[in-house]
Parts: sequence; C-alpha cells; structure tokens
Amino acid sequence: MDKKRRDFLKIAGVSTLAGLGGTTVVDRLVSGTSPGQARASKKADSGHDGEHETVAKGHGTVEEVAKSGNRFGMIVDLRKFKENPALGDKVVEACHSTHNVPDFPEKKDVIKWTWLTGYGNAFTEHSNLYKDQLTLDNDVLVMCNHCDNPPCVRACPTSATFKNKDGIVAMDYHRCIGCRFCMAACPYGMRSFNWRDPRAGLDMNKLNNEFPTRMRGVVEKCNFCAERVGLGKQPACVEACGNSKALIFGNLNDPDSEIRKVLKANYTIQRKPSLGTHPSVFYIV
Amino acid sequence: MFEKALKGNNYYWVWLAFLGALMSIAAFCYIRQFNYGLGLTGMSRDVSWGLYISQFTFLVGVAAGGVMLVLPYYVHNYKVFGRITILGEFLAISALLMCLTFIVADLGQPLRMLNVIFYAQPKSMLFYDMIVLNGYLFLNILCGWVILTAERNGEHPPKWIYFFVYLSIPFAVSIHTVTAMLYCGLPGRHFWLSAIVAPRFLASAFAAGPALIVVIALILRRVANYDAGKEAINKMVTIIIYAALINVFFVGLEFFVGFYSDIPGHKHTLQYLFFGLEHHGHVYNNLVPYMWGFVVLFIIGITLLCVPYTRNNTNDIWIGIGCASIFISFWLDKGVGFVLGGFVPTPLEEVVEYYPNVNEIFITIGVWAMGAFILTVLYKIAIGVEHEIEA
Amino acid sequence: MYDSGKIIAGLIIFVLFVTFPIWYNHGDAGAVPKVELPKDTKECVLPADEMRAEHMQLLNEWRDKVLRTADRSFDVKIAGKEYQKSLSNTCMQCHTSKKKFCDQCHDYTSVSPYCWDCHLAPVE
Repeated sequence: MDKKRRDFLKIAGVSTLAGLGGTTVVDRLVSGTSPGQARASKKADSGHDGEHETVAKGHGTVEEVAKSGNRFGMIVDLRKFKENPALGDKVVEACHSTHNVPDFPEKKDVIKWTWLTGYGNAFTEHSNLYKDQLTLDNDVLVMCNHCDNPPCVRACPTSATFKNKDGIVAMDYHRCIGCRFCMAACPYGMRSFNWRDPRAGLDMNKLNNEFPTRMRGVVEKCNFCAERVGLGKQPACVEACGNSKALIFGNLNDPDSEIRKVLKANYTIQRKPSLGTHPSVFYIV
Repeated sequence: MFEKALKGNNYYWVWLAFLGALMSIAAFCYIRQFNYGLGLTGMSRDVSWGLYISQFTFLVGVAAGGVMLVLPYYVHNYKVFGRITILGEFLAISALLMCLTFIVADLGQPLRMLNVIFYAQPKSMLFYDMIVLNGYLFLNILCGWVILTAERNGEHPPKWIYFFVYLSIPFAVSIHTVTAMLYCGLPGRHFWLSAIVAPRFLASAFAAGPALIVVIALILRRVANYDAGKEAINKMVTIIIYAALINVFFVGLEFFVGFYSDIPGHKHTLQYLFFGLEHHGHVYNNLVPYMWGFVVLFIIGITLLCVPYTRNNTNDIWIGIGCASIFISFWLDKGVGFVLGGFVPTPLEEVVEYYPNVNEIFITIGVWAMGAFILTVLYKIAIGVEHEIEA
Repeated sequence: MYDSGKIIAGLIIFVLFVTFPIWYNHGDAGAVPKVELPKDTKECVLPADEMRAEHMQLLNEWRDKVLRTADRSFDVKIAGKEYQKSLSNTCMQCHTSKKKFCDQCHDYTSVSPYCWDCHLAPVE
C-alpha cells in the first residue's frame, strides 16, 4: 500500500474513534449520572445535624431525583424482647414469610434477612464480660443497619446496592452480578448470597404472591420493607410486634416522629459505631 | 508469528494435550456450577470468597512481577535482561487471562458481567480493578507483540511503542495496588484493614513473579534449547531475594501489631492462621499446616538462594528448587492465608471454616492449566522467533 | 479453480444447511400464536400493538421507577382505575394465565425472559 493511502487510513481511523468516543464522553458529562449513582456518590456524612442534606441534583442530571429527605430508621427495644422471648422468632418468621426467604438446612446455603444472635456477637465493640443474667439468656435481633454511610454501597461495582431516597439501602436484583464484594464490605455480616436456586428452599404453595423470590447468584438482605414503606405501611417485622412497641420504625429526619421522641427519651446503643458507618438501627438495652 | 506454535516435538504436543484434558474437565465442572449455582463450591454465607478469588489475588501479583524485568531493561538499559523481558511480558498476559477467568468463574451472574461497564461506579475498587487489569493485559499484548515482531524482522522497534512500554510500568504497580485496595479499604475486616497490605502484595509479587520466570527459564534451557544467560538468572535471583525478605518482614510487622497490641481484631485472624483459634471450646485450625508450609518453604527457598554453594553451583537445579519453593510459599501466604483468613472471625465474631470441594478444585486446576497452555504457546512463539533471529 | 468439485459441493451443502429452517418446514412459519385475552377488561396500559412492541421497555421503566427511584405511586391508569407499576400485582391480575398469554408468543418466538426466575406468575 503506498504511503499516502496508509496515512489517510490512519487519520480516518483516529478521527472515527475520536468522533465516536468524544460524543459519548460529552454525552455522559452533560447528561450526568443515573439517580442511583447520584445518590450513592452523595457525601453521606450527615451524622451531626438531624436534617438530611437534599440529594445533590448535581452533574446536571436529566432524570429528576425526587427530593424527599427521609431517613428511615428502627429502634429495637431489647427490654421488650426479653420480656417476651417468643417475640423474636415471630418477627423473623414474619419477615421471611413476607419476602419469600428460602429455608435451607445446610448452614453454608443459609439465607437470612433478620435473626437472633447473642449479645456478644451483635455488639462486638461492647464488653461481654460478666454480663447480667437477662442479657446472657436472651438474644438480640439483628438486621441490615441501612447505614447512612454504607461501605457496601461504596464497594458495589454496578450500584446494584444503593441508598434510595428514603435512606434505605436497597438491592437491585436485576443488576447484581454476584461478585459478593458487598458481603466482604459489610462490617455487620448482614448479607446473604443465593448460592443456589432459592425456590428449592421454598414451599411454592405458601408464598407471598405480592413479592417476588430472588434468583440464584444474587446477594440479598433486609430491605426495611421498602415495598410496604413506599405504600405507607409499617415493615412486616414491626407489624408482627403488634402493640408491644418492641420495634419502632420511622423517619429519623423528622424531629417530630415517634422514633425521634423515643430516642430522646431512652439510652440507645448501636453496632460498631467506631467504623463510621452511621447505622440507622438503634438498640435499647 | 503464530505459526511458530504449530510446530513442536512430541513432548510439546503431549504437554498441550495434558493441559487440554485438564481444561476440559474444568469446563465440564464449570457447566455443572453454572447450572446449579455457586453452591457447588465450598463457599458459604460467612466465607463468601474462596479458592477462585484467592487464586485471582495471587495471580495478579505474578502478572505484576513481570515489571521486574521490564523496568531494568527499558528504563535502566540493563541489556542483560534482553532475552527474557519477553518472558515476563508473556507471563503477564497468561497470568492476567487466568485472573479474569477466575473472576468470571466466581461471579454469581456471569452473564451480567458487562454491568460493571454499563453502570460504572467510580467509587468501587472493582471498577478500577477492571480498568487496570484489562489495560495492563492490552499493554502487554501490544508491547510484547510489536517488539517481538520488530526483533524478528531485524529492526528496531518503532519509537511509539516505548510510550506504551513505559506506561506499562506504573500499570504493573497499579494492578496489584488496586487489588490490594479491594481488601484494605473494607471497614469490617480487621485483618485486611491495614496500610501494609498493598506494599506486602507488591513485595510478594516481585518475588513470586520472577521466581516463576526463573523456574521456567531453567526448564526452557533443558527442553527448548533456550538459554536466558547466567547473569540474567543471577540478577533475577538477587531481586527475588530482596523482595522475598521484604515481604516476610512485612508479614512479621503484621504479627507485631497484632500480638503486641493484643487487640483481638488484629490478633485473632493471625492466631487462626498460624496457631489455631479457640472458640466456644473448639479449636479451629484447618489452615495452620498451610501457613507453616509458607514459613518452612520460605526458609528453604531463601537458604538455597542465598547460600553461595547452592546459589553459584554449576548445577542450577538448586536455584530452580529455591525459586519454586519461594513461589509456592508465597502462594500459600497470599492465596491461601491472606484471602481466606480475612473471613475468620466473621463480623459477628463467629468462626466458620472453609473447605473447597472437588468441583471447585477441578475448576481451579483447569484455569491454571489454561494459563499454562497460553503460556506454553506464547513462549513457543517467543523462543521460535529468538531461534530464528540467531540462525 | 482448483478442487472445483469439492468446493462447489461444499458450497451447496453449506447453503442447504444455512437455509434448513426455511425448507424443512416447507416455508410454513407455523400458526400465529393465539393468546387468550382477559375476559373482563378490554383496555390495557397501552394500546395492544404498542404493548406488543414495547412491553419490555415499559417493564424496565417501571422497575427503575419503583426500585431505584422508590416511586411506588399508583399512576398506571387502565379504564379509569389506578394501578401500581408491577408485573405480578398489576399485569398478572388481568392476564391471569402465564401459559395461555405470555408463553404463547414467547415460545413461538423462542424468547425466554428470566423475569419468571424471580417474579411470581399466578398459580395455574
């Protein structure tokens, strides 16, 4: 091939690449990121003040992220659970049956959204020495803390797990590639993976038909019943407690909410506070 | 130049056939795993990364090790490495392809793997891992191929390739730093949450990578009539010694921090790995033999490499054994110890041990066989070209 | 050309092989799938031909609104009533048989969406 033709082809090739690549780059810069990314990348350190920063509509995003400024949280009143030892199992059963969580006998395949564990296991930063009898005899209800500064959301390479506008750390099972980086990142061990088809561990006749199951190969965890909360209902676990107020759910950003009033009136602890994750679940011991 | 890989003696074909058989078994096992799910491995809710990710972590180091040949030759003009730089670059290609295969084998939904590109998340270290791994793979393919072609044609390589060669050096450092950052930025895993993880990874990589190259160079001298040269091997052994010593020093520092501070978060995992961890009346120690294997093999390796009798012996089998020893030792340290140890104890202070099962092991062996296959083919091409030049 | 006998024979075999689906069925594309429509409603979210072409885009839009933007408002209007944006809780409430509706076209066109791995279809 003669030199001039070669040079022409080189220039043509480079300009085509620049044209294609350039428009894509400019498009991305102008139209911004998807709402999920805008939320996840928003600086989440709103710990000191009670008010929730409005979601940065930044980067000129075209899709409107509805500003709601909610931050949902939960108080687990362990005193009530100690008074009523059967309540814990009732709560776990309510959650798992509402969300079609499978039940596998092999420990390695277990999927659990909420469960009961010992005080020393839940509160690893607190002393477990010479604990009172009630604490020793009773278990603590644990679930995803829906942190305000979630390490799992930072870790996810596809933003399949993301913090939605209500402060709930949600899972998008359609997007999850099953890399399990979020499971390594969670400091509380609250995430489970579908090592196999979950329907093998479910009684297909006793499903909650209003909520899907999941597929194998995705990570799942407590979702603060986002599907119920979005319709103004209380989470299934809270409902299972009836009037006992063992679980109190509400908007932490609303200073007049019940949860904020209870927090003001009672001493609460959280799990692993020194990690700076700003969990949204509080425990009255 | 591919035609160079199509002609070989019987040993060559038998070796490729053997590797091909291992790859087929692995493919069959992977089909089983793809159909059932990752439950067909030994991984569990509490140890959610196992053999696949640990091999990936180690192999990224081996790939980065190639820079220990590129840097002296291209930047410092150390001509002695002239014949073996290509070995380092091709090893990087093979190791990176193994890494990418291990990652895909480990995914729960591998068909969605492009989501990492479609929905790119710059806050996630896996995003950067994908970029640097693929980038370094591309750089090595480009540089290795262009320079080898130029050598074959008896010309100087084109000037523009040197930009990519120099670029590959920070890339090599970055691939292993980014892989280390996958681990050292996770707040919940105290064993991994240490600044020394990245330096430790790099030191281990710069020992393990060249160690493998030395072993292969010694094999090539015997089976392919390809001599890297005594001076080159000697210099590589020097590099390996220093890198290995630094790596073990770093591991020792981790021990100090854990055991002197006596803080359980830092200490318990090291206890589990090296001495066994007692928990609720049961002692968990399934990885202890492997970790002491790391120590013993390191001592054997470093002795063989340092002691003048074995180091300067005309029979280079001692150097071969020494380097192989270092390679396996660091495979145990990084592959088995570091990755699996991070999950013990769990964030809820429980202990769950991990045992890979047969399906998983065969897939792992098969991916290593795939790497060896690619490496054999690439080296056959490189050596074929070298022989052609010399003729 | 060299080996013209082998090449021409090979080409004929190749063409036959590639056009196999056409001549094996004697040019018959099979019966057009008959979907069983719901008996009590005549209207859907969008007109039928739009639904046929775009139902997957619509479902993806719903998924992103509900899951990622947490917009669970009942803004799907069908015949004056409002419904939520949900496959199982809206679409499948009228199209109660996956076998007689969804699968009819999907099987014919050899499409196997993995929606049903998770989303529950009404029990049949």
